Amino acid sequence: MSTQTQVDIWPDARGRFGEFGGRFVAETLMPLILELESAWDEARNDPDFTAQMDAYMRDYVGRPSALYHAERLSEEFGGAKIWLKRDELNHTGSHKINNCLGQVLLAKRMGKTRIIAETGAGQHGVATATLAARFGLPCVVFMGATDIERQQPNVFRMKLLGAEVVPVTSGTGTLKDAMNEALRDWVTHVEDTFYVIGTVAGPHPYPHMVRTFQSVIGREARAQILEREGRLPDACVACIGGGSNAMGLFHAFVPDKNVRLIGVEAAGKGIETGQHAASLKGGAPGVLHGNRTYLLQDDDGQIIDAHSISAGLDYPGIGPEHAYLHDSGRAEYVSATDKEALEMFQLCTKLEGIIPALEPAHALARVADLARELGPKGLIIMNMCGRGDKDVFAVAGHLGVKI
Amino acid sequence: MSTQPIGAARLAARFAGRKAQNQAAFIAYIMGGDPDVKTAQKLLDGLPAAGADVIELGLPFTDPMADGPAIQAAALRALKAGVRTKAVLAMAAKFRKKDVTTPLIVMGYYNPIHHMGCGAFTDACVEAGVDGAIIVDLPPEEDAALRAAFDEAGLALIRLATPTTDDQRLPTVVAGTSGFVYYVSVAGITGALVPEADPVARAVARIRTASGLPVAVGFGVRTPEKAAQIARVADGVVVGSAIVDAMAQKGVEEALALTQCLSGAVHNARSESTS
Ligand SMILES: Cc1ncc(COP(=O)(O)O)c(C=O)c1O
Repeated sequence: MSTQTQVDIWPDARGRFGEFGGRFVAETLMPLILELESAWDEARNDPDFTAQMDAYMRDYVGRPSALYHAERLSEEFGGAKIWLKRDELNHTGSHKINNCLGQVLLAKRMGKTRIIAETGAGQHGVATATLAARFGLPCVVFMGATDIERQQPNVFRMKLLGAEVVPVTSGTGTLKDAMNEALRDWVTHVEDTFYVIGTVAGPHPYPHMVRTFQSVIGREARAQILEREGRLPDACVACIGGGSNAMGLFHAFVPDKNVRLIGVEAAGKGIETGQHAASLKGGAPGVLHGNRTYLLQDDDGQIIDAHSISAGLDYPGIGPEHAYLHDSGRAEYVSATDKEALEMFQLCTKLEGIIPALEPAHALARVADLARELGPKGLIIMNMCGRGDKDVFAVAGHLGVKI
Repeated sequence: MSTQPIGAARLAARFAGRKAQNQAAFIAYIMGGDPDVKTAQKLLDGLPAAGADVIELGLPFTDPMADGPAIQAAALRALKAGVRTKAVLAMAAKFRKKDVTTPLIVMGYYNPIHHMGCGAFTDACVEAGVDGAIIVDLPPEEDAALRAAFDEAGLALIRLATPTTDDQRLPTVVAGTSGFVYYVSVAGITGALVPEADPVARAVARIRTASGLPVAVGFGVRTPEKAAQIARVADGVVVGSAIVDAMAQKGVEEALALTQCLSGAVHNARSESTS
């Protein structure tokens, strides 16, 4: 039981997970962050808010998501039994909506009248735009120009949903630049705007809030595997961009010391090439976007652009709780390359009839090794956190197919 | 050895000097190393003669979240030219060899400082003759390490107050600050919106009472007319984006001419308004 308490005490009152996290924002935003923190504290202790969340989770998002035994992948990898947590079946096609629902309900509760968000793959943008449409709020989504190019279907989807998509050309035009621009918008519209951050990063209370909204994934998965297998899994595996789907799966299992927690970062063209998005494996502690965490940076603390085939993983940082779980040794972090992700994208589609997003395709590459390592008695849960419909055009391009 | 005060004391002396003449101080912001170290040094060295009472030297950062397009572009130009934090501090050191009275502070983001270490950064500032720093993304809640090092060295860690800093928060913002308080006159990024004089006057009075320090006002002041308006109600006026733009579009001479014009407007503002 003492371990259970240990998990729930992070973050502390300053928003710290050990040495990571915090609130590194411009003074203009400080009062807003403090206001958000107190509104969040009230909401999460209010049974009405929880009941409202639960109802929309069930009827609008479609929870609980299934836990599915991927028999043919298990057979192909020749080892452990692989279970997929099917968050790709959620409304809008990924885990992102779990968090957006919570934040948009909180925005309504706080009386905010305008929603902004950053997006990489466009999944968080689509989920935010969806809930903004549902609750009748105007929505502006900041998206890097490079990402707009490689995630066209999601850009059109957001526009259909009534959102304004603002292309961001600064930097490399990817997720970190979109986040800079969203922060610039927020300091300019302090009265009416709620910033819906898409991952377990940003200033406190975002990492805590997003983890709480996503932790439904692990709570469901834990109950489901106990029901189906009568025991806990040997490992939980998830891909990591900022780390929200991974924290969502991991959180309920953190006290279960025998369950290995494995995060898979994007190795891009290979960590040794310098063109990757693996902040834990290829970065160092620093401060960006409101929190202290591991970052890709040069010897002057300038941020280095990330690279990944997957727009959703193309971020030079990682949520502060992962930095903490990494340094404390509770979770393990590995990586997968662009090439491996492309292979797994095709393999999963052919064997299971499930087109995975490129993001979880990264996780699948390490599930393959782990399945062999654990052997036939092993049990693995992987978070299938998104579907690949958004990626089919980009993948066709990479495979040299014209459609 | 010079007998001039350094650090927070050099800033205090300069503000007191202007106050004694019933004038506001003019504070010029430029980006260190923009577009390259040599050109930026020429601009920096020319600022005192163009009427700058205090100089803010920007430290380039890849992700300037609080800055508008002009200063973002300036930072990227400097970085592209290979300029890093140490090169900007070297510019300050060169400046200080020739000028021991003009306060010079650096303004930037926390990560390069965090990377260098707060102690090492403080030592480097002292060595370069830098008197203080404004770190945009380091609120009072997170600045204990840097504040301790700065306090010990006698350097000023200048805090920002903004239109969102209410009465409840203001004591936190001004506690432990030194040199002056920087009032961000609009909720927004640098160079975007134009402040109104009346609400600025009220905010300045409130912050002056709470802090007992001079209050300088910046963000969005571009023209001599606006600078003069603000100079009538504040202890200092900061102009950044307009000078950075002039430098980028027309070069050092034009940027210094604009500085001259702005500083004149600031220094004469009160005598004009009373005559
Ligand atoms: C399907 C999917 N998985 C993963 C991610 C990465 O985010 P996180 O690490 O926060 O789950 C994204 C982000 O866009 C995504 O769309």
